[in-house]
Amino acid sequence: MLVRFWGTRGSLPAPLGAAAVREKLREALLKASGRRFETDADADAFIDLELDFATGSTFGGNSPCVEIDAGSDEFVFCDLGSGLRAFGNYAMAKPKRRKDPVYHAFVSHMHWDHIMGFPFFVPAYVPGHRTIIHGCHPNIEAALRRQHAAPSFPVEYDQLGGTIVYDIMTPGMPVQVAGMTVHSIPQYHSGDSFGYRFEKDGKTVVYSTDSEHKLDNPEHTEAFVEFFRGADVVIFDTMYSLADALTIRQDWGHSSNIVAVELCHRAGVKTLCLFHHDPNSDDRAIATLHDETVRFEELSRESSPLRVLAAYDGMEIRL
Amino acid sequence: MADVTVLKAVGRLDQDASAAFQSRLVGLVDVPGGAKVALDFGLVDYVSSVGLRTLMVAAKKSKAGGGKIAVAALTPVVREIFEISRFNFVIPVFADLRASLLSMSADAAVAFDAGG
Repeated sequence: MLVRFWGTRGSLPAPLGAAAVREKLREALLKASGRRFETDADADAFIDLELDFATGSTFGGNSPCVEIDAGSDEFVFCDLGSGLRAFGNYAMAKPKRRKDPVYHAFVSHMHWDHIMGFPFFVPAYVPGHRTIIHGCHPNIEAALRRQHAAPSFPVEYDQLGGTIVYDIMTPGMPVQVAGMTVHSIPQYHSGDSFGYRFEKDGKTVVYSTDSEHKLDNPEHTEAFVEFFRGADVVIFDTMYSLADALTIRQDWGHSSNIVAVELCHRAGVKTLCLFHHDPNSDDRAIATLHDETVRFEELSRESSPLRVLAAYDGMEIRL
Repeated sequence: MADVTVLKAVGRLDQDASAAFQSRLVGLVDVPGGAKVALDFGLVDYVSSVGLRTLMVAAKKSKAGGGKIAVAALTPVVREIFEISRFNFVIPVFADLRASLLSMSADAAVAFDAGG
């Protein structure tokens, strides 16, 4: 099983601007001062080994879209954020696994950052390509139709050349898709959101974003510990600090790195992936969030270590 | 100590301990006219998210009632947890108990210097 991240930013795409690129270049050039690189490999080695991630790369700015590649001839991904555009282009360019390509999308909810990529998803326009949209909200189709409608977009939904069908799931009732068993759980978020757990051949990935965790509700906490139980990877909404999530951003529907680590520790998760990065955070701030979360994992660990990653657009995790 | 109540906590402030701690703390701060409370955390080994939430609840009630609350003498581990969670922006943190008392009452600091 392979997890590919096409969009990792929350709320709104956050492209890297010219000033930020210039700052990275300046830092890299100063660090490389006096050095000579004969080959691309030399330069790559310098970037990978001697520059920190925030200098040598970027977490990216696309809103949520995460592919779960379980080796099936059908594509599976979570959410239709702006990262979906790049995923669709990749899927179209890839040698076809079958004549009638099938795409399974699991939608956490219909807030704009999670559906805004759909009008730019090329397979939806191509006859013979079939997109099956799975989700627990009964009105997903209405939300997608609305963003295609004038005056918001020039191509009406009914003009899409591909086949689009909907699978409205019942929360808690697993479905079989592309060789995987997929479970769902309701999450605390404005208008509700749903987390998904993908299982195949003893490997498990959980996608749980736009989910606030109420610390005064032990039953809620226990439900998520069970949903995460033994997962190889949990992709978790760590948009805010714990202090913000409990005070000025209470009921905004997001969570923190502290709660992420605690839930994953209790559930015996192997890898926590920080996700739904705040669009107000630059690369340095997300790198700091990652460093601090690694440290908190050490401070709070009582048994097996939990690996902590910060998702970036383009990251792959192989299970 | 003078007009400041000092509450000394010991051990882990986690899921198991938080309900009793919150009840005790809110009982101290949630009084007519507000109260001044200094939390001596010198012997607290660990604070979980649920434990931090109890401090947020108490700080909110204290502020609403016109009182003051402060935390003092964090152990290195707990200080790191406060910083990572950004709880050092939610509740005033002081290096030692005397500093926390002085922040709320000169009389309390004098009483501290006099040995109680």
